[in-house]
Amino acid sequence: MIKNNLNHIYGWLLLTPALILMGTFTHLPSFTTLVSSFFSTGTKKFPSKYIGLENYEMIFEDPIFIEAALNNVWYAVATIIPSVFLAILMAVFVDSKIPGRVLVRMAYFTPTILPMIAVSNIWLFFYTPEIGLIDQIAIHLGFSSQNWLGDKDTVLNCLVIITIWKEAGFFMIFYLAALQNIPPELKEAAMLEGSSKIYFFRRITFPLLMPITLFVVINATLNSFKLVDHLFILTKGGPDNASNLILYYIYESAFSFFDFSYAATLTIFLLFILAIISIVQFILFEKRIHYR
Amino acid sequence: MKKYLRNFPIELLSAWILAIFWISPLIYAFWAAFHPNEYAIHFDLLAPLTLSNFFEAWDQAPFARYFLNTFLIVSSILIAQFFICTLAAYAFARFDFLGSKILFAVILIQLMVVPEVLIVENYKIMSNLNLVDSVLGVGLPYMASAFGIFLLRQTFKTIPKELEEAARVEGCKLFGILLRVYVPLAKPTYLAYALVSVSYHWNNFLWPLVITNSVNTRPLTVGLAIFGAPESGVNWSVISAATLLSVSPLLLGFILFQKQFIQSFMYAGIK
Repeated sequence: MIKNNLNHIYGWLLLTPALILMGTFTHLPSFTTLVSSFFSTGTKKFPSKYIGLENYEMIFEDPIFIEAALNNVWYAVATIIPSVFLAILMAVFVDSKIPGRVLVRMAYFTPTILPMIAVSNIWLFFYTPEIGLIDQIAIHLGFSSQNWLGDKDTVLNCLVIITIWKEAGFFMIFYLAALQNIPPELKEAAMLEGSSKIYFFRRITFPLLMPITLFVVINATLNSFKLVDHLFILTKGGPDNASNLILYYIYESAFSFFDFSYAATLTIFLLFILAIISIVQFILFEKRIHYR
Repeated sequence: MKKYLRNFPIELLSAWILAIFWISPLIYAFWAAFHPNEYAIHFDLLAPLTLSNFFEAWDQAPFARYFLNTFLIVSSILIAQFFICTLAAYAFARFDFLGSKILFAVILIQLMVVPEVLIVENYKIMSNLNLVDSVLGVGLPYMASAFGIFLLRQTFKTIPKELEEAARVEGCKLFGILLRVYVPLAKPTYLAYALVSVSYHWNNFLWPLVITNSVNTRPLTVGLAIFGAPESGVNWSVISAATLLSVSPLLLGFILFQKQFIQSFMYAGIK
């Protein structure tokens, strides 16, 4: 340890660049977001004024916001469950000593490193009615053509599928790390006892993967509230807001409708959700440390 | 053992079927990009190969400029992150100063309040700073990264203090110790963080979309989104070519250094 009194000065000096930047672009804007959520958006005729909680009352009466929030919940749940399932399956496959496992792992993981914009461009063509790949196959098999992204009933699930494709391989690597940490003696013992592979997975592997599943689920939930890039290419939130998500609605409110106060109020709501998820994560993480 | 052998082909087969299925959208993009547009939905092994889609994409939009912009954005962010996060992590790892615990908590708030969520207010701040539509404006909100500080602090903490003492006996001062002891020993962490940061910012879209509005600052992702918009009337094969073009450096890097990429993402995620 460097001598005591100078410590305070050095510590603060080393932190100065980080504190200035973070203060300016994280803490200050968080605070001003909160402040502007209590004001109306100023126009030339009506300058911005304090309106208390009126914006908050407005968002809960706004059918678009309610739809976006419900969409977000469905989007999160529908993405996470299949992603986790697929990620475990992929990890088990890659962990077994099959020929060409490096190539298999690469196939699973590659979508993860592509930008969501590129992924959307690729999938856009699959979903295009009539000439798109999915419709081509459907028509070939005798089904009728369907406007997948133009139909309120299918559009959100189209986004779900893309997100699963992009994220499952990312989650796979965490399961893979966990699988490789399972001591081989356990497997040998189970084999001596004559237990089947499926039994071994159910009683040994799966329980050991639980902490990773917690980690993955929380991260996937956070992601589903932060990732809206694909909406810009595929749906723009439509049709009729059937695929709108909260962050996209924030973008629209601010940069299409120029209602900055309303966007600020929506941002506070989103921050509130993220805070709850992070607190849950923190509590669970603390618990895990106690186990060690 | 017998049982194991009997199960083996099933596992092998399903692993490969899933792999082929999983990679097929990307393979398809390659197919469309390297064939004339008539073959976009016509699978014919004898279809003529062509590079004209790539030339057309390159001609129709300023992709060279977008590449330069992305490169400038990604590298300026990475350099600034290394510098800022190293100093901050050093402070938290080795200096016992007034308020260090509270400050660390304050910094970790950024793990939750990510810049993407604050696009509206950050846009206002950038316009006050006159940084709208600048490369610096794209990068600034990301340069002091809580994640980077956290990752480096954890690494610095594992470095034995005896090494620091030894360096001091040799006559190293504050920054000498940081540069000669801590930074070299944290190389794997820097590599992992660099790969994660570069792929994140190469792919980032929302904030750059908000803050840029000209060809001279727009990164590839934003340029690609404009290029691929249905209004632009570009055909499918050319869009595929443009898409592959913009992901090619990252994709190539990943294929060549697959192991490092996967280990870095794993390492950065689990910390």
